[in-house]
Amino acid sequence: MSVIQMKNVSRWYGNVVAVNDITMDIGPGVTGLLGPNGAGKSTILHMIAGFLAPSKGTLTVQTASAKTVSTWQNPEIYRTLGLVPERDSVYAFLTGEEFVRSTAKLHKLPNTAAAARQAIEMTDMASAADRKISTYSKGMRQRIKVAAALVHDPEILLLDEPFNGMDPRQRIHMMELLSKLGAEGRTILFSSHILEEVERLSGTIQVMVAGRLAASGDFREIRRLMTSRPHVFNVRSSDDRRLAALLVGHPYTTAVEVTGKGLQVRTSDFGAFCAQIAVLTRDHKIALRELLPTDESLESVFGYLISSQGS
Amino acid sequence: MSSYFNPTIAVITVRATLGRRRAFLFAIPAVILIALTLVLRASRHGPGVLWPDRVLGDFGFSVLLPLTALIVGTGVLGAEIDDGSAIHLLATPVRRGSIVVTKFAVAAAVTMVFAAVPELLAGLLAPNSGGLAVALFIGALAGSVIYSAVFVLASVLTTRAIAFGLLYVLIWEGLLSNSIGGARILSIAHYCLGIANAIHPDQNLNAGLTLATSLILGGIVTVGALVLATRRLSTFAIQGEPA
Repeated sequence: MSVIQMKNVSRWYGNVVAVNDITMDIGPGVTGLLGPNGAGKSTILHMIAGFLAPSKGTLTVQTASAKTVSTWQNPEIYRTLGLVPERDSVYAFLTGEEFVRSTAKLHKLPNTAAAARQAIEMTDMASAADRKISTYSKGMRQRIKVAAALVHDPEILLLDEPFNGMDPRQRIHMMELLSKLGAEGRTILFSSHILEEVERLSGTIQVMVAGRLAASGDFREIRRLMTSRPHVFNVRSSDDRRLAALLVGHPYTTAVEVTGKGLQVRTSDFGAFCAQIAVLTRDHKIALRELLPTDESLESVFGYLISSQGS
Repeated sequence: MSSYFNPTIAVITVRATLGRRRAFLFAIPAVILIALTLVLRASRHGPGVLWPDRVLGDFGFSVLLPLTALIVGTGVLGAEIDDGSAIHLLATPVRRGSIVVTKFAVAAAVTMVFAAVPELLAGLLAPNSGGLAVALFIGALAGSVIYSAVFVLASVLTTRAIAFGLLYVLIWEGLLSNSIGGARILSIAHYCLGIANAIHPDQNLNAGLTLATSLILGGIVTVGALVLATRRLSTFAIQGEPA
């Protein structure tokens, strides 16, 4: 099992800070690196991949053999690490099979043909492997890049916006593949600015906003920890108006609105609200028919993080 | 050196170099040289006219060789760095020195084919120039090696390698090294002329350096360029977008 360790890592270009004092550990499984364009996601991936030196701080990878090594100026790390860059540039004059097999040869694998075939099959590219990459769609190019990055069976796989250009079927296949690789114990880190991708693929996220690590961990837990922002619940009960009056009397309730379909309750304390509403309805003999958090999507987590960074 | 040569990189580089449209550019100076030679041969100059020295020496070493080496040398690695495909090569455990040496070897070989061989053919086509043809061919072989090392280095150092190369060839070699004696010690064209003149002495070649000086300086420039290119490639960084 491999772990990526970043400690107080910053990266700046002249006077512009791209990544600011990031500390995080990324272990086995699938981790999503989420943030808007320009948040510093690619800079972090490039630093982890050894294609950028941190301006400050330390960035190391602890490999399965328990070695802790830096990735900067260390080509040997690519025996452990695979990279799928965002830029859509590959050797377009090669066929898919030639490209993946060439990568296997550069890794000096014992059976390059078998390794290439396996990686191509994993990415569902076998039917197009004999075609030149110049004839591929953007999604196919993405997949053949993933095949090349997987050909040496790396412990760590870094993917920069891997779903760009993929159609829905290809996207689902790629999500299943990454989930499987993560479940096998590999450390998979992918960047995305599309919340739905991260939400579906990864429970663990690292949220970047304006070069800073805005949040880290399970995205639902992150939402709950943000007590400074109201959580919104839709509530239906046997007596909505009486329940509204009872809720208003508690400090964790910031607002209650009676809607046509019940109540919309804003609370500053997710845990206290969930625990107390059950007690409250039981004690006052109100039947609780629905308790539904409305803002648990990653979209809302992301929105809150961005607005809290801006305020 | 052979342990640094990587056949997989070489095959990809040859296919990339000869597959690009600008591969046609390699052939243009060579075609001009051979066509010029044929035209001059057909025009039947008198025995006192020394056009082979001028055409093969001046055009061959001042235009054909450096321009071909410039296009090839800056393309073998620089084009991949510019379009981003180099990252697929660099994200492997291949030694950076191996990448540089292999790219350099391909550049030198392609330059030999498109510049040194045409120089030999043109020399053999010219009247009474057998000895000169062989001398210039060997000089051009040496030039292919030295120019390729320098232009591979330039392509790793800057995205404006072609502009840098043109300035070097036109201003330094074409102007300064022919008018200021001291400038010749940093002129690859003069290293080539020095080698050719040692094999087949000819005053019209205007060689300003001895064989020993040419070989020593040529060796230092070649090895130095390759070492610097390797060091530079070892610190290759993707230029990211600031947040």
